[in-house]
Amino acid sequence: MADLKLTHVEKAYGEVKILKDINLDIKQGELIVFVGPSGCGKSTLLRMIAGLESITSGVLEIDGQRMNDVPPAERGIAMVFQSYALYPHMTVRDNMAFSLKIARKSPEEIDKAITRAAEILQLTPYLDRLPKALSGGQRQRVAIGRAIVRDPKVYLFDEPLSNLDAALRVATRIEIAQLKENMPESTMIYVTHDQVEAMTLASRIVVLTVGEGIGQVGTPLELYERPENEFVAQFIGSPAMNLLDGEIVQTGAETVVQIDGGGLARSTVPTESGDKGLKVRAGIRPEDFIPTDSDAIFSGEVEITEALGEVTQLYFRRNGSDHGLIAKLPGIHANLRRTTVSLTAAPEKVHLFHNGRSLLYR
Amino acid sequence: MESIAGRKSALVWAVHISVLALVLLWVVPTFGLLVSSFRTGDQIASSGWWSALSTQEQSLSPIRVEGDEVQKDGAYVIEGTLFPRGASTVSAWGTSSRAIDAYVPGDTAELGDGQSLTLDDKGNYVLTSPTSLEGTRLPRIFATASQPPEFTLNNYQTVLFGQTTGTSIGRAFLNTATVSIPATIIPILIAAFAAYALAWMNFPGRALLVAAVVGLLVVPLQLALIPLLQFHNWIGIGKGYLGIWMAHTGFGLPLAIYLLRNYMVGLPRDIIENARVDGATEFQIFTRIILPLSFPALASFAIFQFLWTWNDLLVALVFLGTGDSQLVLTAALVNLLGSRGGDWEILAASAFVSIAVPLFVFFAMQKYLVRGLLAGSVK
Ligand SMILES: Nc1ncnc2c1ncn2[C@@H]1O[C@H](COP(=O)(O)OP(=O)(O)OP(=O)(O)O)[C@@H](O)[C@H]1O
Ligand SMILES: [Mg+2]
Repeated sequence: MADLKLTHVEKAYGEVKILKDINLDIKQGELIVFVGPSGCGKSTLLRMIAGLESITSGVLEIDGQRMNDVPPAERGIAMVFQSYALYPHMTVRDNMAFSLKIARKSPEEIDKAITRAAEILQLTPYLDRLPKALSGGQRQRVAIGRAIVRDPKVYLFDEPLSNLDAALRVATRIEIAQLKENMPESTMIYVTHDQVEAMTLASRIVVLTVGEGIGQVGTPLELYERPENEFVAQFIGSPAMNLLDGEIVQTGAETVVQIDGGGLARSTVPTESGDKGLKVRAGIRPEDFIPTDSDAIFSGEVEITEALGEVTQLYFRRNGSDHGLIAKLPGIHANLRRTTVSLTAAPEKVHLFHNGRSLLYR
Repeated sequence: MESIAGRKSALVWAVHISVLALVLLWVVPTFGLLVSSFRTGDQIASSGWWSALSTQEQSLSPIRVEGDEVQKDGAYVIEGTLFPRGASTVSAWGTSSRAIDAYVPGDTAELGDGQSLTLDDKGNYVLTSPTSLEGTRLPRIFATASQPPEFTLNNYQTVLFGQTTGTSIGRAFLNTATVSIPATIIPILIAAFAAYALAWMNFPGRALLVAAVVGLLVVPLQLALIPLLQFHNWIGIGKGYLGIWMAHTGFGLPLAIYLLRNYMVGLPRDIIENARVDGATEFQIFTRIILPLSFPALASFAIFQFLWTWNDLLVALVFLGTGDSQLVLTAALVNLLGSRGGDWEILAASAFVSIAVPLFVFFAMQKYLVRGLLAGSVK
């Protein structure tokens, strides 16, 4: 039920700046996902929004009100921790009632809130159990329930699923998606390492870089199809996007790049005539490569094949580059090992970067 | 593989045997003390506590025949029994110390002058004499008898309710409790607050304070006794319960704070932060989250402190007076050693009264003791 605004927010521990110039405008009802490499400050940013960590500089506003120095409980937020952080000596019911009791709500009100949350999360049969008598998934749901009963303006999740096994993770992810659907007006911020979680849950994704602030903010497909910079391009998608050095040889609505040690790559990224001769990097996702007989962007010997069933990943070594190249072809192609394969890609799938920034966003 | 398995089982055996040895080392004297405290002084003097539990055959100290003589069939007869309380069985007897097993039960011994003495296996004797026995020295009986176990509560009666000054164990027991219980509760109350602050609240100088606490851990008690007593005199509380509570609190606090802080630091940060987000104040976090979760550590320190204050003699000697109203158990025991050093039955009963409470506390709380000892060392 709230907008959230971060303006020039920074965080430093002593001399070390962890977060730099974070500007974010989050609208009510959005589910924002923070992703980024480990140690980039996702948790720190979330905890700053929660009020558990001080804001070194900049302004945090919730519903237009400055929140920098407001204690956590008065910010109207609820946080779900990665470790669940259930109170081990209290039953599920008491866990959920704790914040309401502190807020001196009436017993009827507390009861109503707990009943509702327990129904949403299918926790009714477990209300009188201690956390230690619950499975991981159930504990996670209690942690979410504890947030729900407070009816907060903003929900904060810090890697809520990372302690669950793969199957449960998928199930709980879907539950969270449904939860969001049932509460369309609540704002959620969600930190994760998991790309699938990010792509499926987010209305917008915020990619954080290590020490360089925000890499890009956008819908999942925006980030995938039109990454602003090499960092985001490589961070979103797995395996990461291949980057091939080259030089622009033809400009216009369709740009042609001569790849070093390879062929010509065509891209729909428009360029101006002055760009001719510009050193660029062509970015091609592994899944966008197509085997070809002529006009190859790249050809080389397959070093390793990984047949995953629905796709096969081919690993190439590239001369003059310490990064290999990965292509992902549909179907099973284990027989391609030690053969020479030529690859091309559709022009609209070829991204162009100069000095790390996409030529699309000049 | 085999050798590892072999070594492992050897190690297990070594552990088991040492544990057994320790248990025996501890249980045997304790049990002996318990048994002795129910025996009479004579029993303790004549046989060890282990023989008190089974029927024992032993030579009794000589018993002189006594009783009123009656005239029967023209002879003077005295009847009586060796064992007024019954339940012993005679296996052999004699009438002189040179031949204590000259007769078997039922035999009749000729004592000269026409006197004869008969003893049956229940210890009933019949002395028959042709002349009146009035005024003569009656014979003694040297019996060898098997006696069933026999115990008495008299020692405890004497010890707990006796009135002799300086040795009233019952009173001393209450005095010790008066010292120990507050001297356990007060430091825990203070230390729990301090430990929470040192573990979870941010303020300048926190690390220094923790270091100071650790430093205080190694200050020897003896060093502080006299200055502290002088201080007590100076502020006017002198010798008395208030003084000893404060002294025990002071001596106990460093360890209490240290143990509790280490335990509380190990509590998950997320839980405390979650409580903070839930709106709990520091005090609510402390009372509703930290205290319940720290119960094992609190209990284990309480046990330590209680046992230590209960068994303490030194601090009590310094900070308490010597009157009956302030004499603690340990001091009363010392007095007893002086005044009744030979009365083992009294000493045994007194000693057992003084260890009964620590034993009870230990057995009732041992699970917390073990958990608390591990606190902070393994995570
Ligand atoms: N109290 C602190 N003092 C100094 N540095 C800190 C402190 N807390 C965190 N950091 C640093 O801040 C950086 C960001 O930490 P943070 O936990 O936010 O990372 P994260 O993005 O959540 O990582 P992960 O994905 O592994 O959870 C890390 O490099 C960490 O070392
Ligand atoms: Mg994190």
